[in-house]
Amino acid sequence: MAAGKSDSNHWLVRPATIRAIWAISLAVLAITVLGDLVVEHHPHFGIDGTFGFGAWFGFSACVVLVVFSKALGAILKRWDDYYDR
Amino acid sequence: MIADLIIPPGLFLIIGGLALPFLSHPLRAATILGLPVIALIMVWTLPEGGALGFTYFGYEIVPIRVDALSRLFATVFLIMAFAGGLFALNQEKVAELASAFVYAGSAIGVVLAGDLITLFIFWEIMAISSTVIIWCSGSGAYGAGQRYVVVHLFGGVLLLAGIAGEVMATGSITFDAMEANSFARWLILAGFLINAGAPPLSAWLPDAYPEASWSGTVFLSAFTTKTAVYVLLRGYPGTEILVYVGLYMVFYGIVYAILENDMRRILAYSIINQVGFMVCGIGLGSEMALNGVASHAFAHILYKALLLMSAGSVLLMTGKRKCTDLGGLFRTMPITAICGIVGALSISAFPLTSGFISKSMISQSAADAHLMIVWLALAAASASVFLYVGIKFPWFVFFQKDSGMRPAEPPQNMRIAMYLMCAFCIGLGVYPDPLYAILPYPVDYAPYTGAHVIFQFQLLLFSGLAFFLMLKMLKRTLTVTLDFDWFWRGIGRTLASEFDGRATTAWLRLAERCYQSTNRFVDTIYHYHGPESRFGRTWPTGAMAFWTMVLLATYLIAYFI
Repeated sequence: MAAGKSDSNHWLVRPATIRAIWAISLAVLAITVLGDLVVEHHPHFGIDGTFGFGAWFGFSACVVLVVFSKALGAILKRWDDYYDR
Repeated sequence: MIADLIIPPGLFLIIGGLALPFLSHPLRAATILGLPVIALIMVWTLPEGGALGFTYFGYEIVPIRVDALSRLFATVFLIMAFAGGLFALNQEKVAELASAFVYAGSAIGVVLAGDLITLFIFWEIMAISSTVIIWCSGSGAYGAGQRYVVVHLFGGVLLLAGIAGEVMATGSITFDAMEANSFARWLILAGFLINAGAPPLSAWLPDAYPEASWSGTVFLSAFTTKTAVYVLLRGYPGTEILVYVGLYMVFYGIVYAILENDMRRILAYSIINQVGFMVCGIGLGSEMALNGVASHAFAHILYKALLLMSAGSVLLMTGKRKCTDLGGLFRTMPITAICGIVGALSISAFPLTSGFISKSMISQSAADAHLMIVWLALAAASASVFLYVGIKFPWFVFFQKDSGMRPAEPPQNMRIAMYLMCAFCIGLGVYPDPLYAILPYPVDYAPYTGAHVIFQFQLLLFSGLAFFLMLKMLKRTLTVTLDFDWFWRGIGRTLASEFDGRATTAWLRLAERCYQSTNRFVDTIYHYHGPESRFGRTWPTGAMAFWTMVLLATYLIAYFI
């Protein structure tokens, strides 16, 4: 049983693997955006017909929500023994 | 003649559940796995329409009403009871298993109920049995279980008051689609919404569910909120306010899950988020929206169970539940990790998973109704589901950092239960037709169009990019986030203990005063009537003769004057 050192250096966590995962992921992201050139969308509202709508809308929605959550968290977060004291 | 042979499947499961503690171990396992299968056959052999109806105090009770909608929910509940039972076979607390089956049976009783009285009875059994499940996990869950049951009993009171008002106004207890146009009907709606986890009382769900045992939460996630979805779908389709209630729940779930540290509480917030999608769809009310809600409830029960099974396995094998303590478990728990990832992809509505073929019907019907804001909000929410649970859950539990823990995979029965749920998640995603065939309305919807698939990939993958770019902001901290329950757990408790202190002082003073005045009264009596007192002591006969003489002499004098 390979335990200890070799275990904590699993192939999935080596820097080379992580770099490869980033490269492949960015390529996939680019392909999905370029996919807009191939398929024909049927926009309902106009804004959803813009190029790469899912990409920029999804990304910015997440950024906005995370920033909003952090701001709300600044007010509402307490140490996790708050109710036990 | 046929009617004599019908046994209500819900009642069958309840009775079976209550028998579990009295069975020996191998027989118990067979019963746990056999009951849901038999009940499923019962549900599918029941004739369409009402059955077993009788009149009680002039009310038409219909314990069983079978149509496409009730059959769909009963089916998924029974699949869930089977898978949950399989997952929990090695749970040693048999009381938890028994109450889980009573809970599942009462949920099936609710969805098969044709009238409001039957519905209410099963509704309350559900509240009680689910509380028992929470309490079974030990003394740590006592407070959360108590808060849980208080909220649900309050919801039950609203529901009962509403039903009473409805009977007063219409004289009928039939449960069918109605409009929220009277006070009684608003009360019924409020009672339903409390069980759905709607604001402002939503905190009961993330408060109580993560306190149940590793197997208890799997059962809890399936029934209460989804019976609420069922009764809203049956009773209040197209009620506009539900669109906004649903959207609030969607974003409430996201924001709180982003801030959360407990892995099962993240999943609990995501239940509210997903039920929000369904409540919103019920508000939209078109046939496609309602089909979307029904199929999304079906898919949601299965992938949420899978996620909680994965989290429950981690909890059982490591004893840890906080993201800050976990990480790097993929090394020794690869099966649990992969099953968790399948559940996470399904909840994110990735193409080829069950979430994709169900959730998209809801947002499509918002587009068809030309509600741009609603559609954009649902799209934004779909993107962030991937961020806050789709990646966050597997990342923080199985990857992230190396926590140093090397737990083994969970026992075989738990693994098989997860495989079964994975098969449903992917099977329905690849081949949705069997699910579409049992929806309440005819389905005219093709999820796999090029445009839809590309759009969904863009939405989700760029959400993933946002996750890893903002990883620093999402790093977990040892915190809880205040919610509406602060009013009864925080300030409410402070006020209560202040009131308690003052009331106790006041009470003690009042008691002291009563004691003193009683004492004075007793002393006075004693003074005059006690032994040796003026009226109590024994008097010599001479004194009596003397006083008689005085009395007669007074009389004589008075007579002469």
